Amino acid sequence: MQLLIKAENLVKRYARRNRGGAQEELRALDGVSFEVFAGTTLAVVGESGSGKSTLALCLACLEEATSGSIWFGGKDICKIAEKERREIRPQIQLIFQDPANSLNPRWEAIGILTEPLILQGRISREEMKERAYSLLERVGLSAEIAERLPGELSGGQRQRLAIARALALEPKVLVLDEALSALDCSVQAQIANVLLELQSALGMTCVFITHDLGMAAHLADEIVVMGGGRIVEQGRVEEVLREPREQITRRLVAAVPRLARAPMAPIGR
Amino acid sequence: MMRYFLRRLAHAFLLIFGVSILAFLFTTLAPGNYFDEMRLNPQIAPETVAALRAQYQLDRPLPERYASWVNSLIHGEMGFSFAYNSPVAPLLLARARNTLLLTVTATVLAWGIALPLGVWSAERLGRFPDRMITWGTAALLVIPDLALALGLLVLAVRTGWFPTGGMASVDFENFSFLHKLQDLGLHTVLPILALVLSALPLLVRHVRAAVAEVLGAPFLLAAQGHGISGRTLLYRYALPAAANPLISLLGFSIGALLSGSLLIEVVMSWPGLGPFLLEAILARDLYVVIGGVLFSTIFLVAGNFLADVLLYWADPRIRTESGSR
Repeated sequence: MQLLIKAENLVKRYARRNRGGAQEELRALDGVSFEVFAGTTLAVVGESGSGKSTLALCLACLEEATSGSIWFGGKDICKIAEKERREIRPQIQLIFQDPANSLNPRWEAIGILTEPLILQGRISREEMKERAYSLLERVGLSAEIAERLPGELSGGQRQRLAIARALALEPKVLVLDEALSALDCSVQAQIANVLLELQSALGMTCVFITHDLGMAAHLADEIVVMGGGRIVEQGRVEEVLREPREQITRRLVAAVPRLARAPMAPIGR
Repeated sequence: MMRYFLRRLAHAFLLIFGVSILAFLFTTLAPGNYFDEMRLNPQIAPETVAALRAQYQLDRPLPERYASWVNSLIHGEMGFSFAYNSPVAPLLLARARNTLLLTVTATVLAWGIALPLGVWSAERLGRFPDRMITWGTAALLVIPDLALALGLLVLAVRTGWFPTGGMASVDFENFSFLHKLQDLGLHTVLPILALVLSALPLLVRHVRAAVAEVLGAPFLLAAQGHGISGRTLLYRYALPAAANPLISLLGFSIGALLSGSLLIEVVMSWPGLGPFLLEAILARDLYVVIGGVLFSTIFLVAGNFLADVLLYWADPRIRTESGSR
């Protein structure tokens, strides 16, 4: 298998002022290393505040790491100039938690889909439209919604649109930052299936960031468990879930809801 | 779409109609009238005062006076000024022209400065230049307009760089055209400066807040993630998204064109609506006051209407809401 992304000892610190006005250091990432192979899905799980979203922003080249490296396409994308980073960004697409504000609320669906294509400026307007419609189909949206504004779509439709928009740039990697968390359970399952289809049809490489271990187990091959900006456990999904070694992992495993099969205990006498 | 605008337009006319009635009512309810002071003068016979009142229809019931005022409005007169013994409309128009010369220039200048400054500040949110601008605008904001105008006048007197009031030098009539222009220009500097300084902090803060809010939006981060450069991001994504509150604010700016400079005009003795209306109020020159109120209202309503039109044009969400699709 081909190695696509290799993160080495990634550190991200934020300086922020506390209430007294003194400088305070926040370590969002504190020495994180992992590898992502082409065509596989890596799940990054952890509780909120464990540095997952910072990791997503660093991977998508939208946030500069304080130190450490992310190797992608033969380059350390943490140490290149802004102009080069801009060329890397289309190849690693980030999908956000809330599609309601990650889509431009003033543009129609079709405009949202053609925008990244206009940027590339290589294909004609007709071709763009065609591509946009095939993208809609790819994520299971009907062509009817092409002229709607994001505000007129449902949450699931919006997230499908966000995925379609990311695919428009033909990225090598999709980074999904809690992309299912804001959706209803049934819609989550639908979008998860869209992702599985993308993986099998396009061989898409995904980094799936979530706090939902159940969903991680469903979608991912490898898993990284984070806590306090560090990786506490990593490995094949089945192995980590079967025998969670760390406290944090156990807590996350315990948080996965199961349908209670046992009959309800009688109340009183 | 036409229905949307027609409804707004009908709304605007209704508002102007309502304000004219209220203006009429309140100016009449106020105690005293223009001829009351004559009664104190022993040389004027009570019959003369009564005759004057009758001549100007002040002894008639309110609805009748309103009707005859509306009639004169239709004929482009807006009632009759007691003090100037002339129809109100031409008097007001002459003053309004002077006022607009100040306020239009000042408003264009203030927006021209506030837009780039606010955007610049928002792009550097929390950093040193932004903090300086926040402090600077806060300082300007707490200085009352009156103090600002007086301060500028003191400056003008001490340095002698600018004339300290009025709109023209004494022998303006004899100047050549270019000299006239230069003279007028010099006289406008102080009042315009005062107006710009009093409008600027609010505008800068609004622009800054609107742009800063949009710059933090995930869809902008997403666009950045597509590999879009900073400039394009700002002009094509951020500014249109930040436009709505600013368009509304522009509507207010336009609405205040006739009424926003009254105080500064009085302090700097600019021959605009400010001193004219103040005089009219003190003398109870009824129809002039009502005319002034109506003029300002028309501008306010027109400003809001313009903002509505601009918003409709700028934001597709409003178009779908108004059910035109």
